[in-house]
Amino acid sequence: MTLEVTRQQTDSHSVGSPYVRLDGLTKKFGDFTAVKEVSLDIARGEIFCLLGGSGCGKTTLLRMLAGFEAPTTGSIFIDGVDVTQVPPYERPVNMMFQSYALFPHMTVAQNVAFGLYQDGVSKDEARDRVADILGLVRLGGYEKRKPHQLSGGERQRVALARSLVKRPKLLLLDEPLGALDKKLREHTQFELVNIQNILGVTFIIVTHDQEEAMTLGTRIGVMRAGEILQIGSPTDIYEFPNSRYVADFIGSVNLVEGRLVEDEPGHVRIDCPQFGCTVFVDHGVSAPADSIVSVAIRPEKIQISRECPEGADNVVSGTITGIAYLGDVSRYLVTLATGAVVRVTLPNIFRHETRLTIEDAVWLSWHGSAAVVVTR
Amino acid sequence: MVVMAWLSCRGSDAMSVIGLRLRQVLVRQSPMRQGVGRKLVIGIPYLWLALFFLVPFLIVLKISFSNVQLSMPPVEPILVFAANQVVQLRIHLANFSFIFGDSLYVAAFSNSIKVAGISTLLALLLGYPMAYGIARVRGTLRNILFLLVVLPFFTSFLLRVYAWIGLLGRNGPLNALLMQIGVIHEPIQLLQTDFAVYIGMVYSYLPFMILPLYAAIEKQDLTLLEAAADLGCRPVRAFFSVTLPLTKEGIFAGCLLVFIPAVGEYVIPALLGGPDTLMIGRVVWDEFFANRDWPVASALSIILLALLSGLVLLLQRVQAAEKSAS
Repeated sequence: MTLEVTRQQTDSHSVGSPYVRLDGLTKKFGDFTAVKEVSLDIARGEIFCLLGGSGCGKTTLLRMLAGFEAPTTGSIFIDGVDVTQVPPYERPVNMMFQSYALFPHMTVAQNVAFGLYQDGVSKDEARDRVADILGLVRLGGYEKRKPHQLSGGERQRVALARSLVKRPKLLLLDEPLGALDKKLREHTQFELVNIQNILGVTFIIVTHDQEEAMTLGTRIGVMRAGEILQIGSPTDIYEFPNSRYVADFIGSVNLVEGRLVEDEPGHVRIDCPQFGCTVFVDHGVSAPADSIVSVAIRPEKIQISRECPEGADNVVSGTITGIAYLGDVSRYLVTLATGAVVRVTLPNIFRHETRLTIEDAVWLSWHGSAAVVVTR
Repeated sequence: MVVMAWLSCRGSDAMSVIGLRLRQVLVRQSPMRQGVGRKLVIGIPYLWLALFFLVPFLIVLKISFSNVQLSMPPVEPILVFAANQVVQLRIHLANFSFIFGDSLYVAAFSNSIKVAGISTLLALLLGYPMAYGIARVRGTLRNILFLLVVLPFFTSFLLRVYAWIGLLGRNGPLNALLMQIGVIHEPIQLLQTDFAVYIGMVYSYLPFMILPLYAAIEKQDLTLLEAAADLGCRPVRAFFSVTLPLTKEGIFAGCLLVFIPAVGEYVIPALLGGPDTLMIGRVVWDEFFANRDWPVASALSIILLALLSGLVLLLQRVQAAEKSAS
């Protein structure tokens, strides 16, 4: 019943206008600028992932949204209301802390009900809502336990329940899966998305784990040194990175520098001394001819063969100098005649494949659409 | 010598009980290394306690079962070699029944507990904000504040209590100040009142309240307060529903550290209190030196000890029950 109410509330608002708006948000700690001029629109019901290495300002940005840090300049709007000066205990926002921050002296039920009692919700209603939300995170029957009697995954779900029980307009999650082991993390990722679908709450997730960002996020913002470098869907970010940093940060990539020698609207050629050849790219690039650019090729987009392939857009030869067998895929390091090392990933489709071995002379080829040219 | 034994028994018992409690609060998560060194480290203080606490305590216990006699020491021996090579053990329980039968002693006990209780409460109300402040500031300021708390210990306890005689006297600065701001028109009697005793008690024992409180508050995870704020809890309410319950151990430790020595306090009521300030420490002193009644004085000490130990055990029981309930 409760869940339906939440859905109706969500649906009664207009969809489309930005739900969360950050306008020129800057945060300085002394001389250090943690967040620099960030402007960002997030739509209702989105799962927005802020992705970046440690110290990139993503947590500071989240803490400003929660109200724990006051921005040096800029404003924050939630659902059209300027909340920049609103203290955390009056914001329609809840946060799931990286350390979970469960109250150690309270039971699971008391922890979850804490926020409800602050709003003056009656005891009976609070009990029902706590039971509902604990059911949703599959922790029914855990009401009387204390946090120290729970496993890491259970604590994570209590923290999630506690932050969701007030039906916030916006849920902030700081490295929500950081403390979980790999199996549990994969499982919980899908569970989070599922819960988000049921409740329709807008999520903003901070993470340093690109895989987490890819699975959870409808959109990802890649941060570096206080700035957002690129915003886009997981596919955009992975297939069309706009900078060397983003290409390198998300997934694995072969990055080489080259000079733009042929610049046509439909294709370009880039002279890459490291490959000892010119690279053909089947789309146009917004860079002047003769300028120095970077070519990014994902390891899984490169084919590997013993014979020279015919009709391929790009072909280079080299020797296998390293193999890592990972089960589903194998990673190969191929050293070219120029000394450059190219990373290639191939799926292990057949069980009894005659595998490539070290020292094998091979040809590498890739399609004209495989490479992405970045100018910064 | 025996009065020294009594003092040391009173003092060191309180300290060892509190030692236990402080250890729970301060160094709970540091398991010691095994080995010979460990035995040595534990052995030496235990030997010290056995020699200078346990033996004097047994002497006091022995005297409490004895009778007054005109001799030196002025007590009857408990073991008497009678005729026919018989050793007699003479235990007098009359001292105890005498104490419980006389309303003076009962009043002294109850008044001591009242004064110590109120002093402890005042020290807690004063000490908690101070400890909170010290724990929440950073860097040099924290060190300075800490130093200020410990600084009084650089001067003798007795001197500091004497200083209060000057401060509270008829022509002292406090009376002068009160007249200056027009609260009173002529000097009032501050010395030799209960007020002076409370001032002395709270002043002397405040550091013992602040230190364990500081230790408890300082280790609190501040993210919990952020979580409380995030869930809609205002700072004052967050203090009462999160910080206060989580520093309960420090409150227990601080209260015991103040209450136990305050119950048996002799110097402060003797110097600052009036003739009608009836406290058990003073009664013991009078029995011992004015009446030369060592057995009653010893019996009073034993009762006080039993009372305080009982209280500490009760508190520990309550805490243990709370722990197991969680």
